[in-house]
Amino acid sequence: MPAFLRDEKIRGILYQIIAIVGFVAFLFYIAQNTAHNIEQRGIKTGFDFLHATAGFDITESPIPFTPQSTHLRVFEVGLLNTLIVSFWGIVFSSLIGLVIGVWRLSPNWLINRIAAAYIETFRNIPVLLQILFWYNVVLATLPSARHSINLFDTIFINNRGFFMPKLILHDGSWMIGAAILAAIAAIVWIRHWARKRQERTGEQFPVFLTGLALLVLLPLLAYLLAGRPITAVYPELHGFNFRGGKTFTPEFLALLFALSIYTATFIAEAIRSGIEAVPKGQKEAATSLGLSPLQQLRFVVLPQAVRIAIPSIINQYLNLIKNSSLAAAIGYPELVTIFAGTSLNQTGQALEILLITMLTYLLISLIVSLILNWFNAKMKIKER
Amino acid sequence: MAVYPTIPPKEPPLGERGAIAWVRHNLLSSPYNIAFTILGIGILYLIIPPFVKWAFLNATWTGHSKADCHPGGACWIFIRAKLDMFFFGFYPHDQLWRPKTVIATIVALVAASKFIKGFNKLKIALIVMFPIYAYILLRGGYFGLSPVETSKWGGLLLTLVIASVGIVLSFPIGIVLALGRQSKLPIIKSMSVFYIEFVRGVPLITVLFMASVVLPLFFPEGVNFNKLARALIGITLFEAAYVAENIRSGFQAIPKGQYEAADSLGLSYWQKMGLVILPQAIKVTIPNLVGTFISLFKDTSLVMIIGLFDLLAMVTVTANDRDWLGMDTEGYVFAAFIFWIFTFSMSMYSKRLEKKLDTSKGK
Repeated sequence: MPAFLRDEKIRGILYQIIAIVGFVAFLFYIAQNTAHNIEQRGIKTGFDFLHATAGFDITESPIPFTPQSTHLRVFEVGLLNTLIVSFWGIVFSSLIGLVIGVWRLSPNWLINRIAAAYIETFRNIPVLLQILFWYNVVLATLPSARHSINLFDTIFINNRGFFMPKLILHDGSWMIGAAILAAIAAIVWIRHWARKRQERTGEQFPVFLTGLALLVLLPLLAYLLAGRPITAVYPELHGFNFRGGKTFTPEFLALLFALSIYTATFIAEAIRSGIEAVPKGQKEAATSLGLSPLQQLRFVVLPQAVRIAIPSIINQYLNLIKNSSLAAAIGYPELVTIFAGTSLNQTGQALEILLITMLTYLLISLIVSLILNWFNAKMKIKER
Repeated sequence: MAVYPTIPPKEPPLGERGAIAWVRHNLLSSPYNIAFTILGIGILYLIIPPFVKWAFLNATWTGHSKADCHPGGACWIFIRAKLDMFFFGFYPHDQLWRPKTVIATIVALVAASKFIKGFNKLKIALIVMFPIYAYILLRGGYFGLSPVETSKWGGLLLTLVIASVGIVLSFPIGIVLALGRQSKLPIIKSMSVFYIEFVRGVPLITVLFMASVVLPLFFPEGVNFNKLARALIGITLFEAAYVAENIRSGFQAIPKGQYEAADSLGLSYWQKMGLVILPQAIKVTIPNLVGTFISLFKDTSLVMIIGLFDLLAMVTVTANDRDWLGMDTEGYVFAAFIFWIFTFSMSMYSKRLEKKLDTSKGK
């Protein structure tokens, strides 16, 4: 070995030069082949296709879409649908996960075992299988529109989806929104005031109940004062299908149910391990201070459990967003189905489209991990 | 001195021992608890009787065609009729002995490994030889075996092939990536970090699309990968990033003193990593690795979206058979059961390993 190679620093620099040269050569090789292949196959390049007419329709879209819309519009619709199904998935998986996680810790043997069975069953079955099961088995075998399951003449369930009343906002409904905001502001202020008062006098104030009352009563008052500006449109049967109201398609529902049920198992486990990670001594200390079981949970156990549970729960939310891409198997029009699917087939520009799709998911992941880092920094045990 | 005979202790009252006490403590200890017990019984009543009726009591077990099936129960003869397809896909019927031999060999090897103690050269040789043996037997083309295109492979066989190749190949790539991320060399480190974070930030399905649509563009004309190879490349590159993160968490659990001790012994970088750090890091992280492999196993079902016929895809295929229309439920339940057996036993194994490897509590 020549003398200069015995220096660790020089060896390091040499390794890195080799790595860079190898990497660049690899990229160059790929780029050249790709350029050649694309030319051979007559595929267009560049991002002009984003402004070309899409030429296909999308079954459900939160924003106006026609076959004359552009591929950029397809991307927007796909992204919005991804975010919509992810949002509701996060809501429902959190609710189910919370219930199952608490049940899993229950001293009641039966409930405890049911929660464990739920977790072990749904966690170990691929989520794609669950999506297909909901779509092809459960939702497809519901009765037809004429024989819908009728819940109080407001909600209709059949094999074309769930039909619910749609709320229509008339003039003056802004007052209700303002009332909700005012209620939230009032709660924040009351909390602040109550804490100060408790520190000064030791008296406690029922913040939670007052807040709940404000949150219900203020918007209700605004609703009545503004002359009932919200009305509902009920779905009605016309011929073979329902019209009016809000429709949830089987594609959306299958994806939502499967993702919520699957992700809930991981959230339940995160909640359980968070609560179990709180040392027993903490609870005993709280008991010896004379705190009630509810106070123990609220002031001693939960604040410590949350620090452990929330990061993994946020990671599960991210997984849920990424798993929503499995909609491609049943055709719910989200990002992968319509943009990386239909648009890709129409334009043939796979490289550009997949790059945009991947970068979009990457951006979402980045935002989620920024939230996670912010949370971890906030929750870090402050040692003084 | 008076002698006082010891009076044998009285048995606890009837309500405090045996099954009655257990029920009282675990099911009926408080009004809340009683309410929960009633809720639990309600849930079980809603789920178990209908399922048992459907899957067992009203189910049809014997017969030959759809006409033999009773309504209102599962039609398990569908599964029996299509069992070869669920397990082996479109593998030629007269050649089925080949995948069956491979599976028999796996079972025999696993059973034999119980008797061969330790990790010796024989085992390593078997592990290295086995994939070659399995490939030759499945793919054919040698020793007079008729060739079977990989596009004919399917069902559970394909699922297992993808999962095992994915696990075996993603492991070394993951180690290299983890070493890169731990490296002090800034360029190597940033390249590893970029790769790992990029892959972990995107869904597997986009990687699979990339592998199946874009990958062929990267290579000169004439270089052609079949669908299975593309899916394998996609899955391996995807899971390697997760394996790398597992191993990195193992690195973090290794005390600094281990690095310093290796340095002071004069070990080179590769000696230090290969002989001191990696063996400990991998040992610590084995339960996490098994977790990653479980999700890899579940993720193999995604290959159906790019047109391979794994176990899940075979459900759709068989349920579309004109003689067996409307058998989706049985197919999905069966596939779910198979997937569940594999993933559940893997997670049980990882729990056992966790206990076995847990050296934190003094013995």
